Amino acid sequence: MNQADQQPTHSQPTDALSEFWKNLKAAPRLLKETAFRTGKPTTDRSRSSFVFGNVFLHLHSVRTHRWSLRWSTTMGLGIASTSAFLITLVTGILLMFYYKPYTDVAYQSIKDLHFVVPTGRFIRNIHRWAANVMVICVMLHMARAFYTAAYRKPREFNWLIGMGLFVTTLGLSFTGYLLPWDQLAYWAITIGANIAQSPRELTDIHNITTWFDPGGLNRLILLGSDKVGPEALIRFYLLHIMILPLVLVALMAVHFWRIRKDGGLARPADATERVGETLEPVQPVFTEKPTKTYHLAALVKGRTPAVGNGPEGTVPSMPHLFYVELSVLMVTTLICLGLALVLDAPLKELANPSVPENPAKAPWYFLGLQEMVAFSAFMGGIGIPTVVLFGLGLIPFLDREKAGTGEWFGGPGGWPLVKRSIWIGLGAALLVEAFVIRFGWLREWFPGIPQLIITFVNPGTVLTLLYAAYSVWLVRKWNSTRAGALGLFTCFLCGFLVLTIIGTYFRGPNWEFFWSPADWPKH
Amino acid sequence: MTVKAGKPKSRLDPEPLPRRDFLGLASLWATAGALFFAALGMLRLPRTAVLSSPSKKFTASLPDNLAEGEAFVPPGRATAIFKDKEGVYAISTICTHLGCVVKPSAEGFECPCHGSRFHPDGTVAKGPAPKPLPWLKISVSGGKVTVDEGTTVKEGTKV
Ligand code: HEM
Ligand code: FES
Repeated sequence: MNQADQQPTHSQPTDALSEFWKNLKAAPRLLKETAFRTGKPTTDRSRSSFVFGNVFLHLHSVRTHRWSLRWSTTMGLGIASTSAFLITLVTGILLMFYYKPYTDVAYQSIKDLHFVVPTGRFIRNIHRWAANVMVICVMLHMARAFYTAAYRKPREFNWLIGMGLFVTTLGLSFTGYLLPWDQLAYWAITIGANIAQSPRELTDIHNITTWFDPGGLNRLILLGSDKVGPEALIRFYLLHIMILPLVLVALMAVHFWRIRKDGGLARPADATERVGETLEPVQPVFTEKPTKTYHLAALVKGRTPAVGNGPEGTVPSMPHLFYVELSVLMVTTLICLGLALVLDAPLKELANPSVPENPAKAPWYFLGLQEMVAFSAFMGGIGIPTVVLFGLGLIPFLDREKAGTGEWFGGPGGWPLVKRSIWIGLGAALLVEAFVIRFGWLREWFPGIPQLIITFVNPGTVLTLLYAAYSVWLVRKWNSTRAGALGLFTCFLCGFLVLTIIGTYFRGPNWEFFWSPADWPKH
Repeated sequence: MTVKAGKPKSRLDPEPLPRRDFLGLASLWATAGALFFAALGMLRLPRTAVLSSPSKKFTASLPDNLAEGEAFVPPGRATAIFKDKEGVYAISTICTHLGCVVKPSAEGFECPCHGSRFHPDGTVAKGPAPKPLPWLKISVSGGKVTVDEGTTVKEGTKV
């Protein structure tokens, strides 16, 4: 390198001051140009570059198939889940201005929020209802991904990411439930922590708890103590505002990215013909079907889903997809605001560790579990949920069929099979529950019966086995895994519904059955 | 260390990476191992070693008119103390199902959370509780009783 190379490039260093003024005047324009390098997004081409070049927008592909934009494809449920999450995020940050996670002041700080802080009650209500809306949307979204067989190849992995999102969502709601430190919170978390400890039901039977105690370890790490106290509150707070949101955001990023990389949403092979002519002419991007996609790193060949597909049936994501997303965001916000205006988030008396709330109920989406837990803590709280999650995770790897991908209730049997499964699922759950409520269960008939038998033979396991048997029968009848999966998923959904409704509306003090809360004994 | 690369597969996949790049693999695995053990070490932190809960031992004086079989629950404690001809005894009132506090009643104990019932001696009468309510260590001195909620004793131990 010689001296000459290090000279400044402009040769006349005379009028630096006027150069300075010129640059200063150009600064706003330059700022805009450097931020939006592809110019104003006004044409299809510049909009595409805009989506492609923006770190947030590029989670979308540049073009979206019109099948994916149909209301009936997604019902907007994934975006609604995302929207509800964003709402809880914003309102949650606002709540953090006042909330104090210490047992002696937590309850009071919620009361302050409710009665003193300007808009505090409204923000708290929105946070609470948006959290509920999120749980509902995530469940429905999962059901729609299942019923449209969208988990199939190449989307198996995204289904698993989705399950991670589902569990994280429930975790967020559950950890949030403790924070008000009222009676409801305290006893729900006591029960929850003891469910985490319930593997002891098995280790105790084998007398190995003293040296092998996964249950106790669970509880110790969750509570940081041997009872629900200040350590537990801090831990739940940390999980609620930090760990779980970070996990959720990371999983969401992968989830969205994967949708793009898996070739957009699942659709039937003939989707392009079925959505018909595009309203506006499609600008040819490629003159012929590309045999490779163009990629940042180099050339990608082979199996990316875009290879071999032209732009037929697609429209630019900006603005078409963005309009849809924004309108779902608006509707979700409207629902949350509406609920927050008419319904106040509950707050019971201050937590009292010596008198349980009676009945002590967990958040509604756990009441189905609580109903099963009322027979065996381990089976209802850990055993059956684990089996169900494991089964859900296996679905995409067992169902390798092709027929019906992207169609509602696609696959052999279709809607009639699902309809029959609804009746069977509801019927079996109602029968088992009615039997138990009327006649009791094993311990009432044989008082000395060992716990081990009840752990394995209880209404929850009986129901699970009934459903499993029905599903195996379906697989054989239709000679199709998908048919069995349709039946099983529908049955579990119905069972969940029945148990949740009974737990919510028909269980009173001492977890006894009542037709209505008006019949509850006065205390 | 030089390793011979394999044969090119195609124009687009020109050089398969050398599989046996010993140093590269060794450092990769060393890093993975170090991160793994660091993560394990970090898990030690949230696993509480010293429980901050208040002392499990407490002393109380029984009311003079405590009838036989009637439970006395010192305020703020999850222990029921009884007195009969054979002596005094203490039974924990923490439900063995999922940890709610049971209420002493004429027939024994009842749990509000999932309807477990216990006989007066703590054994399970009904419901999901998997184990009897434990009996706690109790001692009497000078008209006062001292209970250790952390130590269980055999059912039927009265002093
Ligand atoms: C916080 C929770 C979740 C969020 C925010 C979320 C978000 C989304 C969004 C925005 C989409 C695009 C299509 C649509 O709107 O339906 C999508 C697709 C998808 N999601 Fe989720 N999701 C969540 C949970 C889940 C769960 C629990 C599952 C199932 C276990 C799941 C499985 C899928 C699958 C398989 C697709 C691809 C669907 C297709 O190709 O048609 N997601 N998700
Ligand atoms: S906690 Fe007592 S019955 Fe469940």
